[in-house]
Amino acid sequence: MMKRILTLLMALLLAGPVLAQSGPLRLTITDGVIEPITFAVPSFEAETPAAQQAASDISRLVVQDLAGTGLFREVPAAAFISQVSSFAQPVAFPDWRAINAQALIVGAVTVNGDQLVVKFRLYDVFSGQELGQGLQFAGTVAGWRRMGHKVADAVYGRITGEGGYFDSRVVYVSESGPKDNRQKRLAIMDFDGANVQFLTDSSNIVLAPRFSPNGDRVLYTSFESGFPRINVLNVSNVGRQQLQTAAGEMAFSPRFSRDGRQVIYSLSNGGNTDIYRTDLGTGQHLRLTQTPSIETAPSLSPDGSQIVFESDRSGTQQLYVMSANGGEARRISFGEGRYGSPVWSPRGDLVAFTKQNAGRFHIGVMRVDGSEERLLTSSFLDEGPSWSPNGRVIMFSRETQGAGGTSSLYSVDISGRNLKAVPLQGGASDPSWGPLQP
Amino acid sequence: MTFFSKTAVMLLVLATAACTNPDRFGGGAGGAGSADGAGLNGGGAGSASDPSSPLFFNQTIGDRVLFAVDTSTITPEGRTILDGQAQWLLTNADYRAVVEGHADEQGTREYNLALGQRRANAVREYLVSRGVPAARLQVTSYGKERPIQVCSNESCYAQNRRAVTVLSFSAITS
Repeated sequence: MMKRILTLLMALLLAGPVLAQSGPLRLTITDGVIEPITFAVPSFEAETPAAQQAASDISRLVVQDLAGTGLFREVPAAAFISQVSSFAQPVAFPDWRAINAQALIVGAVTVNGDQLVVKFRLYDVFSGQELGQGLQFAGTVAGWRRMGHKVADAVYGRITGEGGYFDSRVVYVSESGPKDNRQKRLAIMDFDGANVQFLTDSSNIVLAPRFSPNGDRVLYTSFESGFPRINVLNVSNVGRQQLQTAAGEMAFSPRFSRDGRQVIYSLSNGGNTDIYRTDLGTGQHLRLTQTPSIETAPSLSPDGSQIVFESDRSGTQQLYVMSANGGEARRISFGEGRYGSPVWSPRGDLVAFTKQNAGRFHIGVMRVDGSEERLLTSSFLDEGPSWSPNGRVIMFSRETQGAGGTSSLYSVDISGRNLKAVPLQGGASDPSWGPLQP
Repeated sequence: MTFFSKTAVMLLVLATAACTNPDRFGGGAGGAGSADGAGLNGGGAGSASDPSSPLFFNQTIGDRVLFAVDTSTITPEGRTILDGQAQWLLTNADYRAVVEGHADEQGTREYNLALGQRRANAVREYLVSRGVPAARLQVTSYGKERPIQVCSNESCYAQNRRAVTVLSFSAITS
């Protein structure tokens, strides 16, 4: 009885969860303070004896994904009143309400040979109803993490009404060795730092890999020839091809167009750096900027009509927006300090950037007209933001100071909350967050 | 016979030049020198006092010029060094050079690549203005990727903001 009263009191006190009482469970992600949705994940049922390990691992991964967003808070198993022994069993909603679990996720896993099937149901505990319908994903036992991420993405999507970002990969530069002889190689990982694979060796400096929109290819800058050149790498077979660049020119800072057919990048010649676009099919080049200053770090808007880039035409590095075909550019950054490495958000409403001011580096976001600038981080050296597929999280590089300085990957919500390091062995920089996998 | 001995000398010169230049990072071989002049006492390619040797170029004249923060302007000290480099390159017409531009770590990666290019190009233009044929000089930039000093304050940054003229014998391909 006491517990019931406490639960009711808590529900009345917490603005967010109260809504869950009167309507369907829904978390609207805003920039304001968010009270996390509470959820419970009883260990998924193993429907075959061989599924025991995967069932336990997958349910733990679902918890880790959801809790890791900072938008959800796990009710630990120790608090559970009723146990869920079977996927088909009716849910004892009062027992879950009593421990104030707003969402309940039950699941089951089947393993046959190397094949794995996971199914789950999501319940809105306080309305006593299922949210969406039961869903199942099939894959391999070795790919169990992807199955867990897919369950978590589905839950995230149903509760927030937005796409998730768990079943996605990040291509980045893996770093080792001292600062004055750093070895760099391309690597790819799951968004949470698992399943690291190397795509190149460290015989040449490689920089700033960028995923294609569907994740099949990666653009990056390589010093193989002693001059920065752009390579296109096929992720599945690691085949490579070089973007044609004339002798005496340096090409770097590439990104794909939204259809994956064109590359926008910087070309330096005679001390001048401008932005170009090349069609990968025809090899046709188009010069987009014509100034004697440095123009670099171009990034296309989601509709492909505009490019945000950095330029020092005003005397210091600032952000500008121009048409995707070049021409007149308008400056959008006006705060103190310098602004670089802008990236247009997948939703199209924001630009993430690196800001350098008073000896510190920041990752920040602003609206595409330059208004509402917000700095999300601050450190000795933060740089190179990359957006999660749903535009809610930004991953970036953070380098520590001094002779022993090393670089790591971090992520932060665009609200500025939930700053955390991506757990990886060794150094890492220049993340590029790929799309949700099919 | 003459051909062979000349080739042998050339190879020796190249090898020496490669291991005495702290900015030569050859193919991941871990060849990054730690300080100027470390481990130099081999005799084959001449010495720093032999005016026609790469060692003389690298050490006595100086293979690098330094830059102020976020600039690519050649300083008066830089001009003296580059005058010496130009003279040497005009006398030793068999050599080509790649000018490598660098930046300190205080800056974003892309911008620093572009800034390093500006610095390297400023050196190239100066050398050309002193009569060195443009065809013998190429430029590249390592941005902030290859610091020679690792501390995070101005004493190191000042050494890292540099353009280094790296000699080579063979035709440069890119």
